Amino acid sequence: MAIDLTENVVAADAQGPVISARDVRVWYGTTRGAIRAVDGVSFDLAPGETLGLVGESGCGKSTLGRGLMGLLPEGAKRDGQVLFRGRDIFALSPKAAYQLRGRELGMIFQEPLTRLNPLMRISQHFEETIKQHEPDLSNDEVRERALEVLRLMGIPPTRYRSYPHEFSGGMRQRLMIALTLVLRPAFVVADEPTTALDVLVEAQIVQILNDLRRNFQTSLLLITHNVGIVAEACDRVAVMYAGRIVEQGRVADVFKNPQHPYTRALLRSTISLTTTGLNYIPGAPPDLVDPPDGCRFHPRCTEAMNVCAAKNPVDIERRGGGRVECWLQGPENEIPPGGKQPLEQEELTVVDEA
Amino acid sequence: MSTRPDLPGAASPLVEVRDLSVHFELRGGSLARLFGRDTGTIKAVDGISLDLQPGEVVGLVGESGSGKSTLGRALLGLVPATHGSIRVRDQNLADLSRRRLRKIRQVVQMVFQDPNAALNPSMTVEEAVADALRVQGVRSATERHGRVVEALERVGLSPVELFLSKYPRDLSGGQKQRVVLARAIVLNPEVLVADEPVSMLDMSVRAKILQLMLDLKTELGLTYVYITHDLATAKYFCDRIAIMYLGRVVEIGPTEDIFAHPRHPYTKALLAAIPEPDPDKMLPRDLPRGEVPDAAQPPLGCAFHPRCPEAISACGWESRDLRALLEEHWMRPDVAYDEEQNVIGGLEHLDEPSTTVALGAGGSAAVRALLDRMRAEDSTEPLWSGVTSMEDSEPGITVHFEPAPAPALRRIGNVDVACVLYPPESAD
Repeated sequence: MAIDLTENVVAADAQGPVISARDVRVWYGTTRGAIRAVDGVSFDLAPGETLGLVGESGCGKSTLGRGLMGLLPEGAKRDGQVLFRGRDIFALSPKAAYQLRGRELGMIFQEPLTRLNPLMRISQHFEETIKQHEPDLSNDEVRERALEVLRLMGIPPTRYRSYPHEFSGGMRQRLMIALTLVLRPAFVVADEPTTALDVLVEAQIVQILNDLRRNFQTSLLLITHNVGIVAEACDRVAVMYAGRIVEQGRVADVFKNPQHPYTRALLRSTISLTTTGLNYIPGAPPDLVDPPDGCRFHPRCTEAMNVCAAKNPVDIERRGGGRVECWLQGPENEIPPGGKQPLEQEELTVVDEA
Repeated sequence: MSTRPDLPGAASPLVEVRDLSVHFELRGGSLARLFGRDTGTIKAVDGISLDLQPGEVVGLVGESGSGKSTLGRALLGLVPATHGSIRVRDQNLADLSRRRLRKIRQVVQMVFQDPNAALNPSMTVEEAVADALRVQGVRSATERHGRVVEALERVGLSPVELFLSKYPRDLSGGQKQRVVLARAIVLNPEVLVADEPVSMLDMSVRAKILQLMLDLKTELGLTYVYITHDLATAKYFCDRIAIMYLGRVVEIGPTEDIFAHPRHPYTKALLAAIPEPDPDKMLPRDLPRGEVPDAAQPPLGCAFHPRCPEAISACGWESRDLRALLEEHWMRPDVAYDEEQNVIGGLEHLDEPSTTVALGAGGSAAVRALLDRMRAEDSTEPLWSGVTSMEDSEPGITVHFEPAPAPALRRIGNVDVACVLYPPESAD
């Protein structure tokens, strides 16, 4: 059986990364040409690790998450290699990929109400989910498993036979997380799981996500536009801009010592309780049908040099660990003579604003 | 309820809200059936007094359901007051005819949260902004055009010719919000009610729109009501902040006092819950439990007490709190849920708010033993201190809670707080 095979692979490869993505590309066909939403992204995710994926809207974060799950819409294509415990999930047959989803790969969406069936009790949601993968389980066993997960999510057992509409927004999101985790997937993508929620409820959900690694040993890719949530709940962070990861590393290190100008701008533009001045990033993310030459951030970058507009930056080892691609960080020997001169560029106005 | 004695020399308030209530009736019939509940009243705004001084920025901060948007809409006469009054420039909105009310909206204008919904997709930028002028009776097309151009320039949409004939779909989120701002200022209002003006925008443009609003305030001498759920932007933006919860103001005062010394437990919780982009800071573990309760049946006593980490005996404990406590108890992994559930029986009747609760199905002694055990295991739980007596009433027991009124706002230093932890001074 396929299941036994996977478990053998696990035993053999328990120390390696759960997910190892290499040069992942996703593009959508349009009449104007291909939108290269994800354009050569590589990262690893260790067991039980949480990676935060941040960036502005339109940088390809959600597309990357859906691409990894194989949940892309019609007309989208993907390429590259994603090893899940050593197996390339991009090369699987649709049937094998279907079997992997839910059981090993889970997804938590932004709007929980649209993902729960209003005509089904919570108990039925759990029965459907669990029996899809383990048809031999009795309803009592299903109930026991479900109640255990619900308890960890802070949902009392008295609500097991309620309908989705009887729950508040935060409770529904907890239900969604419980439904994803009840199968104990090794890898979960959470796409903006707290965006539709109130501040206090958001904080509660962030704590639940933070506790995931302790309770489930699940590896999590947390997609968010909120750098505060990344600082709170993630081990590592990947900053995405115009389809590429421009900087990644440990959260503490990247946030204290951001090396890519985009990371710096993103952190500076966040309004927090310690904000003493308003900062913003001029301009908007580029059109991904025809992104700028060289570094894609150079038209908005205040530190751009001549080389930035001419040559694609090189993905290099980041001082302090991780990866970064920015000519300011090198490599020196690939910068042509005169390349370090400040780039003269047009001033960005409201016309270019996001 | 006391109102703020204002700064010496301050001018008379532009807008004066006195004991304002806005209630929505839940009608019987199909609507009640749709919501699955009986007819009732939602007290969206419940007894709020507030003055707006010329040139100040007042923040209304709270979670969804706190009544902040309803209060904002009431300031424009968009929802009628059930009790109390709103006076704008010494005119009571309730006394005005529709036509006079329309004139008042030249003084008070609104900026909505979602620029996609606030702009008509079939109107160009020029049509959208000029429409406000047309409604207010500016007949001359030349004058309308001139004022639209001026407003668009003020909000930074220049060169104006590039934007005049564009449709909302051609604009980015930030540009759309600028158009919404232009439409609001084109009538030269004195007060802008901004309902979450940046929460739909990307982080990278939020600061830009806030900066624009601050610039407009200085250039045009505007007064703002800034409605938000985000204390971080409120801290930067507001002179004075009112923290709202379930239709009431629970704490109000100058921004610096609120942030330097938050007093109401809800204010403290909102502050603690903001995720900071600083990896050294962590969220506190004692976040308020649960969510904003149903506004049709708010908690007895202080509306925040079921979630309050600092609750005491006098907060107004009741039947629904007992249900929540039992459910929380049953979430513990070491508890025999099925057995205990048989002792307690159904919990549904506890949803009817009351300070007298009949509970249990498995015999008085067994129910009492279970409650005593729960009490012994968590003696710090404030609900127990709110219990005045428990008596046997087969097959269970009856629990009596101490009834308590909702706390009123009281002055402490520069702020007003509505919380039993800050009792009235002995003079009262």
